[in-house]
Amino acid sequence: MKLESKIPKGALDTKWNDYKSNVALVAPNNKRKIDVIIVGTGLAGASAAATLGELGYNVKAFTFHDSPRRAHSIAAQGGINAAKNYQNDGDSIHRLFYDTIKGGDYRSREANVHRLAEVSTQIIDQCVAQGVPFAREYGGLLENRSFGGVQVSRTFYARGQTGQQLLIGAYQALSRQISLGTVTMYNRHEMVDLVVIDGKARGIIARNLLTGKLERFSAHCVVLGTGGYGNVFYLSTNAMSCNVSAAWRSVKKGALMANPCFTQIHPTCIPQSGEYQSKLTLMSESLRNDGRVWVPKSQEDAQAIQKGKKTALDIPDSERDYFLERRYPAFGNLVPRDVASRAAKVECDKGLGVSPTGLAVFLDFSSAIERYGKSEAHSKGMNASKEQIIAMGTKIVEAKYGNLFEMYEKISGENPYVYPMKIYPAVHYTMGGLWVDYNLETNISGLFAMGEANFSDHGANRLGASALMQGLADGYFVLPYTIGTFLSKEISTPTISTNSPEFEQAEKASQERIEGLINVKGNQSVESFHRRLGKIMWDYCGMSRTTEGLKKGRQMIRELRAEFYKDVYVPGQSNDYNPELEKAYRVADFLEMGELMMLDALERNESCGGHFREEYQTPEGEAMRDDENYCFVSAWEWDDQNPILHKEDLIFENVELKTRSYK
Amino acid sequence: MKLTLKVWRQKNNKAAGQFETYNVEANEHMSFLEMMDVLNEQLIDDKKEPVSFEHDCREGICGTCNMVINGQAHGPQKGTTTCQLHMRHFKEGDTITVEPWRATAFPVIKDLVVDRSSFDRIIQAGGYISVNTGQAVDGNAIPIEKDVALKAFDAATCIGCGACVSACPNGSAMLFTSAKVSHLGLLPQGEVEHSRRVINMVAQMDKEGFGMCSNVGACSAECPKEISLENIARMNREYFKAVLTSDVK
Repeated sequence: MKLESKIPKGALDTKWNDYKSNVALVAPNNKRKIDVIIVGTGLAGASAAATLGELGYNVKAFTFHDSPRRAHSIAAQGGINAAKNYQNDGDSIHRLFYDTIKGGDYRSREANVHRLAEVSTQIIDQCVAQGVPFAREYGGLLENRSFGGVQVSRTFYARGQTGQQLLIGAYQALSRQISLGTVTMYNRHEMVDLVVIDGKARGIIARNLLTGKLERFSAHCVVLGTGGYGNVFYLSTNAMSCNVSAAWRSVKKGALMANPCFTQIHPTCIPQSGEYQSKLTLMSESLRNDGRVWVPKSQEDAQAIQKGKKTALDIPDSERDYFLERRYPAFGNLVPRDVASRAAKVECDKGLGVSPTGLAVFLDFSSAIERYGKSEAHSKGMNASKEQIIAMGTKIVEAKYGNLFEMYEKISGENPYVYPMKIYPAVHYTMGGLWVDYNLETNISGLFAMGEANFSDHGANRLGASALMQGLADGYFVLPYTIGTFLSKEISTPTISTNSPEFEQAEKASQERIEGLINVKGNQSVESFHRRLGKIMWDYCGMSRTTEGLKKGRQMIRELRAEFYKDVYVPGQSNDYNPELEKAYRVADFLEMGELMMLDALERNESCGGHFREEYQTPEGEAMRDDENYCFVSAWEWDDQNPILHKEDLIFENVELKTRSYK
Repeated sequence: MKLTLKVWRQKNNKAAGQFETYNVEANEHMSFLEMMDVLNEQLIDDKKEPVSFEHDCREGICGTCNMVINGQAHGPQKGTTTCQLHMRHFKEGDTITVEPWRATAFPVIKDLVVDRSSFDRIIQAGGYISVNTGQAVDGNAIPIEKDVALKAFDAATCIGCGACVSACPNGSAMLFTSAKVSHLGLLPQGEVEHSRRVINMVAQMDKEGFGMCSNVGACSAECPKEISLENIARMNREYFKAVLTSDVK
């Protein structure tokens, strides 16, 4: 199979504009006759549904939630990037493009990333117009902050709830279209299969989660904005119901899964506290603007802290190792996520961890509190005491990060204004996803993928505040244009009937698959299988990976999968509201996806971004890329025995491939 | 810690419900939902049907989880969703009752799961700013005073969970509706269609069967995002103004 990226010709910075001027359009009278299915109502799905509705298409939008306002985009905290250069600090579209390419360790497509940087500025304008209450300066203008891996302040934010505010903006735009009748919203409907007719995606089978009945929906094309697959690890910062199934069902119908091993481990999460734990909670990267990461220099101090005999406050500054500042002086605490995570792991592996499990490092705000306090005292002309300085500084830190500190305290039971936070890396985001071309179309004609569900923009590592940017870029400004390449050829296609043999067959197969899970009637819960899968993934396909481990991990998953189909117990009926059954068919798909991730990680004999193979590192422990042999996108065709690897070579015409350095 | 749970079980909207009593062993670091997970694992092990409850982000932001715990929406801790409530706020030997939201406009689907689609329809009635993609002016072309932006933000933090309705003896959705009216109405971008918005949203709220407001204040007291009652006062004021002065009927 030849993978065609369909990147338009021309200079990098004019490609998208030229493309927009020349792309085939669909006339308003024809738009009314064209049906579009959009699965998922997170940032990408909701923004695309709203925009396509505004354009006049007949949109059918699906979410498995009770409302389109619940998707996990809502939990994104820190912010959204845009090359506005409002701070006059040297930012530009080119710099955002370059930072993203470099941050992704040179494993993404130049043209896609440049387009992302170009439309980033429009996103901010659109969101402001919708009423998103971004942070503002006293002069009434928009405020910015910094995120990891960059040296400018280009992140727009709404306290620690940026994702919530952006999603509500998109949800409101979507609600407006629902009220106008251009979008029909199907809540509590989960896609369980893709329907392909004559090589084109023409519909889905969705399970009505309230009744358990399978329903058929047809359209001229299908768009997936169904998020990432981080929950394959069981413990991740993803919401409980995030899953790979919509994408995986498409893979089963022939779509290719690209770079599945590129997963992002986020450095600042609240550490796991016990076996019962159901998920992990992120502490926003924005905290690294002001928080300093450290461990004690000596193992004795670390052990005393682990046993609860000492606290962070007992360790004098001279006995602390601010290891990110030491190892990466140019970027300090704001190195990209993959680099920060690995550095934390290295310290904990040396026995310097600071929680009872030894798997945590400190994120300390005392310097920032003092700095802000002093500046406040100065601006008020006060000769302040130490206590006053700390009190004033605490107030400022509270204004910036209050809700995050509160959340930390609720979960950990410790006051982070006094005791430094304890944090540890956790699975957060998946850069891999469905393979798409420049039009965001998969290799199945008429099947599109946006946001975290596709692979295209973040390479091997995503920079902070770029997921929101990509989700909204795809939904508001990219897909509404690129979808025309397909739909302009479909204007004479009548409404697709749901009575075709393809629909019949897809529904029947889905019914059998779902019934099959209930009929196993084994002895182990779905949850227990998911937990075991997660442990295998974390141990062998987590922060560092080896040939041996990956081979073993793959074998273990295959065994676990066999056991699952022999011994899983799913209570209740299929034709009923049944959350355990939903979990079961999602975990079944994870059990295949996990294997593919192991295989992809094994095939990629290099270290890059979030993919760290122990065999490929420099003497200082930095990732060693192999541009000669691995400068390509791995796009996998699934096969139960031997998945087939297809390669799309990455061609860099504007950026020189360099060793990524943040020192 | 050993706990006794009295959990509302109801097969579906038509069936009568009842409390069932369960014993469960939890520890203080668990979240309330993780304690419920333990109960469900136990039930599944015994081949019994687990308790249906809704949840998703478990970070207090998606607004999906909804339990009335010991008579209070989202339980005893102020400003906290069910998923962020931790068992360290309970003690050994406690008996805890767990119920779904109590409100006519939120019919029970199963056990602790209710239908809150009425909230979506209130937003669809006008809880937005009418701006198509691509129509926006530069973000900095609309300066907004910091305090105004903060006030709008406070209202915008509503997570749409429905605790306000459940806490209200009248089952009123005034806090939810007024939070959206305030969020958009306070901002210059939302000013243009403000009258239309407040009239249409209030009309939809009434149509959905939510009760009237009688200034009890339980909505705000039990709101996990501590949305202020000020918003209700603002909506009342704006509603009267709109009804008296605008042509929107």
